[in-house]
Amino acid sequence: MNSKPIIELSGIHKRFPGVYALQDVDFAVNAGQVHALVGENGAGKSTLIKIIAGAYGFDAGTYKIGGEQAHISGPSESIAKGVVVVYQELELVASLSVAENIFFGRLPERLGRVQWRQLYAQAAELLAAVGLDIDPQKKVGYLGIAAQHLVEIARALSHDARLIVMDEPTSALSPQEIERLLKLIEELKQRGVGIVYVSHKLDEVLRIADEITVLRDGQRVVCTNAKGLDEQQLVTLMVGRDIEGSFAAREAKLGNSVLEVDGVSSLAVRDISFTVRAGEIVGFSGLMGAGRTELARALMGVDRRLSGQVRVGGVPLPPSSPVAARRLGLGLVPEDRRESGIFPRRSVCENASIAALENLSTLGRIRAHAERKAVDAWVERLAVRTPNIDQEIAKLSGGNQQKVLLARWLLVANLKVLIVDEPTRGIDVGAKSEIYSLLGELAQGGLGIVVLSSEMAEILGLCDSIHVLRAGRMVASYSREQATAESLLTSALPASSTPNDRI
Amino acid sequence: MKRLAARLLQNEQAGLLLALVLLCVVISFLNPVFFTALNIKNVLRDASLVAIAGIGMVMVILLGEIDLSVGSTQAVAGIVAVAALNSSESVVVALMAALACGAVIGLLNGLLITKAKINSLIATLGTMAILRGGAMVGTQAVSIQGKVESFVDIGTGYWGPVPIPVLLVFALFALFYYALHHMTFGRYIYAMGGNVEAARLSGLAVDRTKIFVFIIAGVLAALSAFILASRLNSGQPNAGLGFELQVIAAVILGGISLTGGIGTLSGAFIGILILTVLSNGLVLLNVSSFYHDIARGVVIILAVYLDTRRKESLLRRMLGSAQ
Repeated sequence: MNSKPIIELSGIHKRFPGVYALQDVDFAVNAGQVHALVGENGAGKSTLIKIIAGAYGFDAGTYKIGGEQAHISGPSESIAKGVVVVYQELELVASLSVAENIFFGRLPERLGRVQWRQLYAQAAELLAAVGLDIDPQKKVGYLGIAAQHLVEIARALSHDARLIVMDEPTSALSPQEIERLLKLIEELKQRGVGIVYVSHKLDEVLRIADEITVLRDGQRVVCTNAKGLDEQQLVTLMVGRDIEGSFAAREAKLGNSVLEVDGVSSLAVRDISFTVRAGEIVGFSGLMGAGRTELARALMGVDRRLSGQVRVGGVPLPPSSPVAARRLGLGLVPEDRRESGIFPRRSVCENASIAALENLSTLGRIRAHAERKAVDAWVERLAVRTPNIDQEIAKLSGGNQQKVLLARWLLVANLKVLIVDEPTRGIDVGAKSEIYSLLGELAQGGLGIVVLSSEMAEILGLCDSIHVLRAGRMVASYSREQATAESLLTSALPASSTPNDRI
Repeated sequence: MKRLAARLLQNEQAGLLLALVLLCVVISFLNPVFFTALNIKNVLRDASLVAIAGIGMVMVILLGEIDLSVGSTQAVAGIVAVAALNSSESVVVALMAALACGAVIGLLNGLLITKAKINSLIATLGTMAILRGGAMVGTQAVSIQGKVESFVDIGTGYWGPVPIPVLLVFALFALFYYALHHMTFGRYIYAMGGNVEAARLSGLAVDRTKIFVFIIAGVLAALSAFILASRLNSGQPNAGLGFELQVIAAVILGGISLTGGIGTLSGAFIGILILTVLSNGLVLLNVSSFYHDIARGVVIILAVYLDTRRKESLLRRMLGSAQ
């Protein structure tokens, strides 16, 4: 209906040290258009969003807003021009009211006194526009995630937004809430607002997008009309090859059970029982907040187990001793590398050897030569891309950091079971398939592996048996042959489809 | 010249060393007495008390913790040492008693921090007050004199030309340098200070290591107390007042970061020397002692400011053209 572009980026280049984040990317959004931006993790979506938002500059190219060259040096300037980003991590202040959040920093005032009545009236208007029926005086902290998202969108509208960028808006929403958001997007579209929709959920993308831009490794693969595309084609475009190709066929040779989990409960998980045999990869699937990470922590003893038993190689573990777990051959690669995985200021070598130092030392003295030799061997075997093992680990890419964390446990001589939480989060496509084939090889070599992941393809491609978690409990188990994406998702979703009144 | 200065600014240790050398040059220019063997011995002996307790403090701060109780430990352990000396008439028994006293204090600190999960600033603030009060109560606020003559030799004696406390510092430096850089113990400290959650998830004995470090810090503080008591030939309930801040200031000046996991023992030693030379110089230049504290405060703030600037520029270069 209206084809004048609101924003128009052309020939954008952006480099970070060691990474060419965006290469010659074109991107434009028209008024009243939903333009979806898809791509794997690390494809350059976030960088592009941040350039649109004005949070990043760029090295070459042009950025026009409303047909005029935009000289933006910070997010506040792009907001003033009507370009607003709603980030995945919401930027609301929980202890302030909805109205105060919407007009944060711009409260209507007279002589320094806030005009509360005016504030609440204006906020109520905007809330009505996004279809959120709540009291504007309510504290944001009491709202569910979905409602908070709508508040963010109301805030965007309060800036007279002509373009709203939504970064993974539905990742934490229930199906009903998603419906509601998609309807709102439809309405915004009618009012001539341009939308940039960034999401991993391809079904939603195909439903609401007019245009789709696919990014891969920092380059625009295609910008195309959404009509006539299907999910499989889109996935192929994103990955650049068939996703099945990432997973080598593997003949599981199962040995004795190496991990027996019997009725384990912690504060976050309830009554979990399963076994892992040598050479087996056991997967745990589930939605966000289903308790995957919490299960991993309970198994390792980082979070105290309140009841139940974990046996590694037949030996029972004490309920809260990661030290004992390590000594008996249990290892954990955590989900959040930066927060709980790496020692950022230490070298690759020290990061890799830390769990195995007991074997690499005599009377507390580290055998430096043995340590370096052992680390070198794994760095080579895992193809960690680093100039040398004395490099600070924080300077490596996410995929290479992940390999070092895997090496940390593989160096432990008597490792029997490795728990890997979100093995490929924040990792580029190439490193991803390397990690998949590595996990496969390790299982082949007789290691028991537990993979906890929210990526369905990963679980389906990698695991010999699959359990589904929901609200901290195991709700279903499948063999590799039985499991399909549909069956896993159905088990993972809340059982009753009664409308969810979280808002 | 400018580039050289910039390079030195980036290499923290070289920058500190340069500052120390400049300071020495300026002071000896103003008063030649500074650069005599006697005065250098004095400087080193003055530095030795801070250095001994400083080794423990370095490890505590590397863990991301703090220990405010070392000053009070100096009083309590000194009194214990002299009391044990007088009743047993044995210097060795006195030493053992002092060290045991320090170990118990360290164990208490460690347990409060790891098991009762009290923030180390608060926990050691508490033990600091308790120990100081205990020293006053136990002695009726009167210092006790040592009654064994050979006791004084430890604090004031020489081995060849080298004061015994200085010799002790060299030995301890070598020992702990080795422990921090070549033993699992040091690796665990740096790892825990850098990311304690990652250390826990990697199956390291986080609590045990922490308690152990606090025990060592207590023992080293008690050793410095023993030397001080020997020098004064008495145990004094108000010994080591403000000593903890002197120690903390010196090691932070030496580049040990309060966030944990960053800094080296050699850097800390340079920091200790800078502050000792500074006060020695001010004495030699007849500056009123009231100004010493002021000078020390200014130097510390300046050093930490420069350090912050350095880290910022480092960060900017790592992020490159991000902005």
